[in-house]
Amino acid sequence: MNLVTLSNVTVAHNANPVLRNVNFAISPGEIVTVVGPNGSGKSTLLRTIIGALRPSQGALNKAPDLRIGYVPQKLHIDPTLPLTVRRFLSLPVAVHDEAAKRALEQAGAGQLMQRQMTGLSGGQFQRVLLARALLCNPQLLILDEATQGLDQPGSAAFYQQIEKLRQELGCAILMVSHELHVVMAASDRVICLNGHICCEGAPEQVASAPEYRALFGSGTQGALALYRHEHTHSHDHSCGHDHAHDPQPAKETESQ
Amino acid sequence: MIFDAFLIRAALAGVGVALAAAPLGCFVVWRRMAYFGDATAHASILGVALALSFDTSVFAGVLVMALAMGSTVSSLSGRGYAVDTLLGVLAHSSLAFGLVAVSFLSGVRLDLMAYLFGDILAVSQTDLLIIWGGAAMVIALLWWRWSALLTSTLNADLAHAAGIDPRREQLILTLALSVVVAVAIKVVGVLLIAALLIIPAATARPFAKTPERMTLIAAVIGAVSAIGGLQLAFSFDTPTGPTIVCLAAVLFALSNLHQLIRRT
Repeated sequence: MNLVTLSNVTVAHNANPVLRNVNFAISPGEIVTVVGPNGSGKSTLLRTIIGALRPSQGALNKAPDLRIGYVPQKLHIDPTLPLTVRRFLSLPVAVHDEAAKRALEQAGAGQLMQRQMTGLSGGQFQRVLLARALLCNPQLLILDEATQGLDQPGSAAFYQQIEKLRQELGCAILMVSHELHVVMAASDRVICLNGHICCEGAPEQVASAPEYRALFGSGTQGALALYRHEHTHSHDHSCGHDHAHDPQPAKETESQ
Repeated sequence: MIFDAFLIRAALAGVGVALAAAPLGCFVVWRRMAYFGDATAHASILGVALALSFDTSVFAGVLVMALAMGSTVSSLSGRGYAVDTLLGVLAHSSLAFGLVAVSFLSGVRLDLMAYLFGDILAVSQTDLLIIWGGAAMVIALLWWRWSALLTSTLNADLAHAAGIDPRREQLILTLALSVVVAVAIKVVGVLLIAALLIIPAATARPFAKTPERMTLIAAVIGAVSAIGGLQLAFSFDTPTGPTIVCLAAVLFALSNLHQLIRRT
């Protein structure tokens, strides 16, 4: 029994189709990563699954009483809203102190209980978001570029935590990621998206597929190409920090 | 202080509005809806004109117009214009239309100033019942939806994933806002309702660690402003609504001064 099934789903923003004829399913305990260039509909796919967007065509089926834990791409908390980590964890469903503590520890953020949300660092914030997503005891954990804005070691640590969680909790994980070492190491299945599903399969399979090469560049290290491609793009956006290119190949071989 | 019946009614009216305005005002601040509150309040002068020309209760007319404005803004936002542009257009044009409409009613005895700046000393027992009934309804509504409202205030997608429809919560806030506008018009008037929503919430912010605490402190500040403003207006013979707002503004300044001193 699949947790979520999309059959021939088309999603449109203002009559422009962002996703076309997508067929997708995720089964319990599976880790699926979605990759694709900017504007390829990755977030749209996730937002359709959580119910924030409605398919204009096709059918979306969820397992009855499916519990979804959702970690958004970014969450802006207005500085006028006072919110401790503890209070945040009880939204929307009040949880006991013990459950809150356990979730924070599982997410690797055990010490943050009484801190203000607006005072957390990027890494701490993402861990708290993860902890909150864990509190509903999810069958499916959805992460939308959850490590955006974290540095290399920060996001590596974050994804290690996720892998550990899958082992502990056995939930299915659906994530959008730019970091290929995560794709290679942790995913059961990779979906390459560009408005439609270009190709999908085991990570090694996708990395060598011609559709994937067409999107992310070719070369003997098709896998690595994705990583470099993303970095050239972020330079264009002048995000204002140095990207450490050199240590990357080492990390890549490590994870393969 | 002389405890005349009309003063007690005025104080009760002010406190009733302040209590309902506190939680709603917090949401207005958190969601950056200040202009939204203005637009809804300004539209209500048109409601006054309509109510008087159709000879129905002012409360009902204001409620209907405020609701109409609230849902217009909700449904129009995100369709081309930036929200602040849209609200600027709607807030001021509805005020202008309202003032023009009122001028057609010159035959009717109408004290425009009473609707623009409130007339808290003229609160009748029926008014008091309407104010407290409306306030109780708003507080109950927000209490009931509190968690869902907070979650959708944080992030719409987070709400969706938890099975909450953020559009529905927005509608609930619109409804609550309309009721508060309708009951507050007598107390502070059309032009100053937004101040009564925002200033106590903004004053409470530095003293609060959780949303609930901020709401409680805002309620206390609002009630203190209402009662204190009433007394000040009585002793200095100033207009009551603006005096209440002035006192709230002074408390806001003091709270910020206190923060400034504590930090240095």
